[in-house]
Amino acid sequence: MDWLGPEEWSAVALSLQVSFWATILSLPLGIFVAYALARWSFPGKQLLNGIVHLPLILPPVVTGYILLLTLGTRGPVGSFLADWGIVFAFRWTGAAVAAAVMAFPLMVRAIRLSIEAVDPKLEQASATLGAAPVWVFLTVTLPMALPGIVAGTILAFAKAMGEFGATITFVSNIPGQTRTIPSAIYAFLQVPGGEGAAMTLVIVSVVVAMGALLLSEVIGRRVAARVGGK
Amino acid sequence: MLEVSVRHAFDGFTLDAHFSAPPGLTVLFGRSGSGKTTLVNAVAGLLMPDAGRIAAGSWVLLDTDKAIRLKPHRRRIGYVFQEGRPFPHLTVRQNLAYGAWFAPKDAPREDMGRVIALLGIGHVLDRRPDALSGGEKQRVAIGRALLSAPRLILADEPLAALDEARKAEILPYFERLRDEVNIPILYVSHSASEVARLATTVVALDAGRVIAQGPAAEVLGNPAVLPVGAREAGAVLEARVVRHHADGLTELDAGGIALFLPLVSQPPGSLLRVRIAAHDVILSRGRPEGLSALNILPGVVREVRAGDGPGAIVALDTAGGRVLARITRRSAATLGLVPGMAVHAIVKTVSVAASDVGGARAHRA
Repeated sequence: MDWLGPEEWSAVALSLQVSFWATILSLPLGIFVAYALARWSFPGKQLLNGIVHLPLILPPVVTGYILLLTLGTRGPVGSFLADWGIVFAFRWTGAAVAAAVMAFPLMVRAIRLSIEAVDPKLEQASATLGAAPVWVFLTVTLPMALPGIVAGTILAFAKAMGEFGATITFVSNIPGQTRTIPSAIYAFLQVPGGEGAAMTLVIVSVVVAMGALLLSEVIGRRVAARVGGK
Repeated sequence: MLEVSVRHAFDGFTLDAHFSAPPGLTVLFGRSGSGKTTLVNAVAGLLMPDAGRIAAGSWVLLDTDKAIRLKPHRRRIGYVFQEGRPFPHLTVRQNLAYGAWFAPKDAPREDMGRVIALLGIGHVLDRRPDALSGGEKQRVAIGRALLSAPRLILADEPLAALDEARKAEILPYFERLRDEVNIPILYVSHSASEVARLATTVVALDAGRVIAQGPAAEVLGNPAVLPVGAREAGAVLEARVVRHHADGLTELDAGGIALFLPLVSQPPGSLLRVRIAAHDVILSRGRPEGLSALNILPGVVREVRAGDGPGAIVALDTAGGRVLARITRRSAATLGLVPGMAVHAIVKTVSVAASDVGGARAHRA
């Protein structure tokens, strides 16, 4: 790939790595939160809903700054984790956290809608056939909500690929460490003659985003056909 | 023996029902809103009632006094829902196997092949539910419930969502379940003809209370169970097939009285239940002569119950069993009908519909 310089290539590889881990690791929590919001009633449900959606509404810089305050090495959570050797600030892992937090509302929203579309009467039928609640979830709710889970995952991945504001605030813009595609484009545009490299990355961004959308369409359609045409 | 005692208050409605059911098929019978579905949901554990006790023999599902409230998945109940509710993401074969996955390993099991044959669904095993007809879906739902090794089968108006042809397709399977599978069945219905065909025992509900319970012929012959104006009012007679005649009639024997019906498929010697709708019965004080109707049952008036409208229900005891007649109050007065009076009930052969005739190899407690 000689049309991609080492600096550009490192940004692309880092973006893929950050987005992959951000999506995969937040998926179980995303399904859990979506299920809780869709099926349970508990005190503080609206508060949880609000917190989940907050990154969608807040300026990304604010989200990044809040992450820095809490997860930074001097922050309450960050200093505790640092004792265990886990450091997020100015590391690629921090970029993954920022991307995961920013993509989380999109993921939860898609999954929640698909869980709400599963007929509770089918879950009741499963229970009367002897399935304990965990098995009802694994054999009925989860497979029937699969199209939404796939869509939510891919949407979250695409969002993570494009995350900029929270990332640059929380983990800065360190080449090879935290310089993802958007940060790299921003950096290239700050120096004279960087427009060419920036344009290459813009094209990569568009291709990845389009690819993710197409993939989600294809997988979504296949899964939907498998789970009964819904 | 299934014993159910449930008390539960909703806004504006109180269910307070107690009944016990011997083995066989017990129909919970009543109008919509009488509390039937609430009662079966309490048995299934989908609704936790305010107070009550539900037990099948020594196996207690619910006892609020002793704080026993088994979760639905521990009750071992095969529930056939009104809409069937097959799992759309599984094939018919996987749907059937679903209940068996969760059944205790040592539970007595129905053989899958036998159930598939009993229900006639061998040709659809690899299809998904959305490629099935309504009747096929309902049969899959019955099979799925049966294969979960249940100790009790619940069926909540399993035929209500089907048209007449599909109903006629499913009814015989419930008759076979009742006669060939040794699991008690609690069956919800508001159709008198389903009750007449299927019930070993009938529990009649009205406004959340049990108003009558007992064998089908006894409960359906009780004029209090169905409102006087109800079109479905009618009694059930048990009769044995004597012979089939060449002119398309079947001759039956009901306690020594000859009955003629349109040809039925059961062979001579078999016992049938025949539902005679009250509005198809004519009463006469003397034995009528020169009448086209073939069935004349001499009997004695037991009760005359006048309704709010112009109608009245007359219950009479014949040698073949209890018969209900729906006549006008004016006729009742003209004939001077009082309990103890001898009358004749006249029933046209052609008014007995095929759907009102069923096999009667019912268990007797």
